[in-house]
Formats: sequence, structure tokens, C-alpha cells
Amino acid sequence: MAERLDEQTMALRVAREFDNGMVVNLGVGIPTLTANYIPEDKEVIFQSENGCLGYGRAAQTEAEQDFNLINASGQFVVGHLGMCFFDHAESFSMIRGGHIDLCVLGGLQVSEKGDLANWLIPGREPGSIGGGMDLAFGAARLIVVMTHTTKENEPKILKECSYALTAPRCVDLVVTDIAVIQVTDKGLVLKETAPGWTAKEVQALTEPKLIIPPDLKTMSL
Amino acid sequence: MSINKLYDSFDKAVADVFDGAVILIGGFGPADGCPSYLIRALYRQGAKNLTLVSNGPGRGRPAPGAPPPPGPRRSPPNYDDGGLLIQNGQVIKCVCAFPGHGRPGMMSAFHQLLAEGKMAVELVPQGTLAERIRAAKAGIPAFYTPTGAGTVIEKGKETRMIDGKMHVLEHALKADFALVRANKADRWGNLVYQGTSRNFNGAMAGAAKVTIAEVNEMVALGELNPEGIATPSIYVNRICSRKDSREEGA
Repeated sequence: MAERLDEQTMALRVAREFDNGMVVNLGVGIPTLTANYIPEDKEVIFQSENGCLGYGRAAQTEAEQDFNLINASGQFVVGHLGMCFFDHAESFSMIRGGHIDLCVLGGLQVSEKGDLANWLIPGREPGSIGGGMDLAFGAARLIVVMTHTTKENEPKILKECSYALTAPRCVDLVVTDIAVIQVTDKGLVLKETAPGWTAKEVQALTEPKLIIPPDLKTMSL
Repeated sequence: MSINKLYDSFDKAVADVFDGAVILIGGFGPADGCPSYLIRALYRQGAKNLTLVSNGPGRGRPAPGAPPPPGPRRSPPNYDDGGLLIQNGQVIKCVCAFPGHGRPGMMSAFHQLLAEGKMAVELVPQGTLAERIRAAKAGIPAFYTPTGAGTVIEKGKETRMIDGKMHVLEHALKADFALVRANKADRWGNLVYQGTSRNFNGAMAGAAKVTIAEVNEMVALGELNPEGIATPSIYVNRICSRKDSREEGA
């Protein structure tokens, strides 16, 4: 089997989904990396739960670190023309009111119906919901980016999630380190495989049966 | 007599916080949006059996003699959070969205007390938390939201199908005191914030019976642009200023 994609490459693939004018909210972890790969010809506005719309890149030097300018992952970011601030109630009106075009979250498990579990590993109660539930219910489109399997090589894409759900039937697209999978009413459609991976190899690491379309592609990176 | 909500001492501003009070505390992550001076005053005041409502329960202070955490400085100057009150045994319950994970060997006071059964936690999705606070502020007793339907959050709650989608009934979160952090205030209590430090502070101001604001500095009435005031004075009962109010016994 070929090598799996690293986190930066997964983030780059997710960023291909960004379209001009989109308002995008990024979860903690790999999702925040996607901000590094906005296509040059496109303008994307990032929203953060803690009350910011239109923030800039991550702060790179200590001088750039401003305790009044962080994103929801607790990262220092820099300002950007057009940026504005608001309180948490306003922020979640944006999120729960369906104004966010695209949300990218990490995942622990995704089911074949598009259920997501991402906030509680059994034994590590009470877990941390944060803004993930509101985003999963409220965003117009949800992409989950995660490794395809656990550290023990067990599938994370399952017939049913065994962990506590973030939201039922909320995931539209799953980007992993070996595949891109679309959630449809008919089931999970394998859209792309990572370079060197076959559909059969991806299926072997996925619990539900994948639909293999005739136009299955290799991820272009 | 002219209106003046400024207190000359942080300690006086929290003197009437009573045992068993429900307290909203603003802030989010490492942003400078935590009312740290008011938290320290409440620590000195010593009220017990408190319920804290905040995004996370806070880390508190490192144990005496413990090495500083690795990596760059991650807290603003003069920082303390609600974790200080938890370490001091003043808190029986936390209502929060992001308690964080307790790791063996790195347990915060919150996770330690939780494991010992001495602390209760009510986990609330962040948007539902903000909206329950806003509802209390706006006089809305309860509301339906899809967030949490079909998850553990709906357990024990009324659910209802609206427009073909399942919703959960959530109640306003009523509190006795709100401790909020802002940048500037005038003597009427109009507030402006700085950047992402507004977060829960702006949502909590006015959502409790008594709102106490901790600001960097006071400005003259009329100096704040009426178009740019983030929290109107009606929501603020008391103000302390880091520049003009003292921390007693600190």
C-alpha cells in the first residue's frame, strides 16, 4: 500500500472546496491548517465562534501575538481588512441561523448516514462539545477531515457510530489520508483515492460498503 | 447627584456575592477577556457553593513550585480565571461548553474534583449556552433549537418536531451576578471591548441580576461614540477599572 497523506496535504485537499465569497468556520486541529491553502484567485471569509468575521493568517512572530485577537482554536491570528468583532450570542446567530456556508471539523467517527462523533472518547468524560454541535447542526455544508483509521488501524468510517454523536446526518464530505468520500442518500460514494491507493484498499479499511462510481479519480494535489 | 457606577475597589464590587450564587464569567481561551481582578476579589471574599457559568471552567494557578508550562506565554498579564475559585473550594457546579480533557498527571482542580464526585458539571453546546444567556437577558423563558436533537444533550428535555425537523427545548439560564471584562467604560456603564475579548462578555452583560464590569480605563461621558457602544449602559450595574480601582489585600 502507498503512503498516507500527511496533515498538510489533507488540509490542502480540503481547501480545494473553498469557493470565492464563502464564509468558512474551521474546527480545531487539521481544519485550521486549511487556512494556509486558500486558492490565490479566491477570497474566503473566516468566521470564529469567539466573535470574529474575516480574520487573517496565523500570527508568526511573538510581536504579532495579540491577546485580543485569537481564533476559536486559541491560536493568535492577525487582522485583515474588512474584519469585524461581535459577541458570542451574535456569533452563534450566524452559526445556528444557517449563515455559515462551510464548516470543516475533525472527526472520531463518521457513519454511513453522515452521523458525526467528534467530542467524547469513552473513558475521557466529560468531553468537550465546544461549538462543534452548533456548527454541525447549523452550517450549510460540513466537511470532516480525519485520518481514515484509528492508531490501531481500525476503521473510523462505520455503519453506526459507537461514540456519543455530535449531530446525526450532518456530514456532506469526508476527506481522509487515503480518500475523499461523499455522503449521499444512497450511501457513501468514493470520489477520490490518494495517489497509489486502490478502491479495494480503501474499502478494506472502511466498514460500510462504498459505492464506486465510474468517474473515481486519483486526488490531484 | 450624578450617576456614577464606578467602584473604587474590586473587593467592594463583589462584597454582596452570597453562598450558592450563580455567576456568569466572561472570557474565551487565552484572549484577554477574563475578568481576572474581579475573580481574585471573589477569591478573597470567599463565597461558597457557587455555580460558575463560562465557556470553560478555567485552569486555575499552577501548583506552588511547579515549573512553568512549556511553550510561549499563553495568558495575558495579571491573569486569573474561574479555576482559581475551583481550587479554593468555592465552586460546586460548572455550566460550560468546553471543560477540556483531564490528562493523568495534568489534572486541573476541576477534573480532580469531578473525578472525586465533589463537582457537578452541566455540559452545554456553546451556541446553546450563549443563547440561554441571551434568552435570560431578553426575558425569553425558553426556546427550541435543533442543536443537540438526537444526541445525549436532549436527554430529559422536551423535544418537538417543527417544520419537519426535531428540536430541543432549552431554558433561559438565570444568574445572580455577571462578571464581564471590557476595555473602556463611562460612568453610566456604556462599554466597548477589544477584538475577540468581547466573546461571552458581551453576551453576559445584562443577563444576570447584577452585572459587574472590569475595564482597563474609564473615559468621560460622551467620549465613546454612540454608534460604536457595544454594551449599552442599561445592562451594567457596577464598574471597576484596572487603572482607577484597587485590589484590596492583593
